[in-house]
Amino acid sequence: MSDGVGQVETKTLLVHDEERPLVLESGARLTHVEVAYETYGTLAPDGGNAVFVCHALSGDAHAAGYHEGARRPGWWDNIIGPGRPLDTDRLFVVCANVLGGCKGTTGPGSIDPSTGRPYGLRFPQLAVRDLVAVHRALLRELGVRRLLAAVGGSLGGMQVLQWSLDHPGELAGAVIVAASGRLSAQNIAFSAVAREAIMRDPDFAGGDYYAASVPEAAEAPARPDRGLALARMIGHITYLSEESMRQKFGRRIQDAVEPRYGFDVDFEVESYLAHQGQSFVERFDANTYLYMTRVMDYFDPFADAAYVQRSVAEAAASPGGATRYLVLSFDSDWRFSTEHAREIADELRGAGAPVTFRELSAPHGHDSFLFPIPEYHRTVAGFLDQLAGGAGARRAAAAGAGAGTGAADAA
Amino acid sequence: MRPDLDVVAALVGRDLRVLDLGCGDGALLEELIERRGCSGVGVERSDEGFHACVARGVPVTHGDLQEELSRTATGAFDCAILSLTLQATREPLEVLSEMRRVAPRRVVSLPNFGHWRLRLDLARTGRMPVSEALPYQWHDTPNIHLCTLRDFEATVAEIGMRIARRVLLDASGGRAPSATRVAPNLLAVRAVYVLED
Repeated sequence: MSDGVGQVETKTLLVHDEERPLVLESGARLTHVEVAYETYGTLAPDGGNAVFVCHALSGDAHAAGYHEGARRPGWWDNIIGPGRPLDTDRLFVVCANVLGGCKGTTGPGSIDPSTGRPYGLRFPQLAVRDLVAVHRALLRELGVRRLLAAVGGSLGGMQVLQWSLDHPGELAGAVIVAASGRLSAQNIAFSAVAREAIMRDPDFAGGDYYAASVPEAAEAPARPDRGLALARMIGHITYLSEESMRQKFGRRIQDAVEPRYGFDVDFEVESYLAHQGQSFVERFDANTYLYMTRVMDYFDPFADAAYVQRSVAEAAASPGGATRYLVLSFDSDWRFSTEHAREIADELRGAGAPVTFRELSAPHGHDSFLFPIPEYHRTVAGFLDQLAGGAGARRAAAAGAGAGTGAADAA
Repeated sequence: MRPDLDVVAALVGRDLRVLDLGCGDGALLEELIERRGCSGVGVERSDEGFHACVARGVPVTHGDLQEELSRTATGAFDCAILSLTLQATREPLEVLSEMRRVAPRRVVSLPNFGHWRLRLDLARTGRMPVSEALPYQWHDTPNIHLCTLRDFEATVAEIGMRIARRVLLDASGGRAPSATRVAPNLLAVRAVYVLED
């Protein structure tokens, strides 16, 4: 087994400015959009080996490898690297922080050029389509016109789905994992409670809690850490399965044998959640949490059946042929259960798209998509392999015949 | 490709939406999609079959064919295929009636338990026959609902379907010699049926 992609760094590119503003689905305009991104592997001369990784709600551009001095690799390191399913010996892999994010890409914490202060809640409402638009703007800058595949889990999978429909013919393959085409009332309810936790925090200050929001103040304002931590705790419960929590914590007491019978943290699971909440506030922005959960709530690409039909037909008629879909779910995922994935597969198939669907067995709940589950990785690897021209291309690449050769034709 | 799949492919036809139930490694679907203008999807329960389909670029659902059938919309396909799989299903009649619901044309192939060699084996040894076409012991066989061609044809008539075509196959899976037609239930190793209403 190889050591992965090694040391990497997050870079930033300006992809929209006054001359080329970004017009959002809502009609709002952004005149300064920077994107934080990372790339792994080498773009083939014909550009046919590019794979875009879309991250989920709390992800970032750092998908693989190690930042200088870091002990932990990127969030999806187990699937990206030499010999891994997203094989960087043959593929050029790009991952970018989403629009509205807080990890280097323009978002509610960025400076609004029209006021000189952070946007806060004056940042426009976003749609999944807008996140995709910015990914594409980045790819244009990087010289990538067509993708061998876009790959993503959860909100990442939703971006992949939207991408395939909005830009038919641009993706040879679309890998949609643990995602939903339409949040259920229960999903939205959890999001609503998480947002309430943030917005009811007295330190939320209507979203203007950044230091630069109140430059006249003597000291930096407090941030809505309690609300964001609580939101994360709620969210995290929905990412795990009952079984994985039973195995991980059971009813064990933290640092003791006997319960203490008070209202402080006593059970291990409480301690774990408190830790998850606390570590989250150190790396995430509450406003981004609000924007991203809202993006997911409103996502409903199959509402316009004619649009889906047209997109699938257009892709099929494009020079590269139909986008091939791989839709995967996990049996222990109750946030986006297999029913969500089935709906995606059924809708796409109903429109005539070639879709491979599988429910995988894994105990980790919604988070399963981040784990190196053998059947899961084998499926993704096989799917990408086939898109890239099958096992022959892999052998050719291994023999040094040039990564990605012929991938565009085969796709 | 297996010769029997060639026969099945020819019976399916061209430019149709096909559902291949128990599609195995996807060879038939690949033939239908790549060379016969069909679009389609397979259902396969085994990991090996599923991965083989993925490697071919054939769309497939990993899962139980009866569950998938019950979820499939009425009339969603032009043709439903069940290749050497009916005898391994829990509820063959339910499968046939569901295939009828989802597709106006159904292509079903099955091993013939009435073949003379199997009859002879049973008569001679008094033990369940084990052959090349049916290579399992009684306790480990997936073939829990074996029948003869005569059984099958009687059942098809009972449920009110019409046999639009029948092709008899030999042990290699190719078309059986025409003499087989003298006594199909005794001489054919397998048969493929096209069932319509």
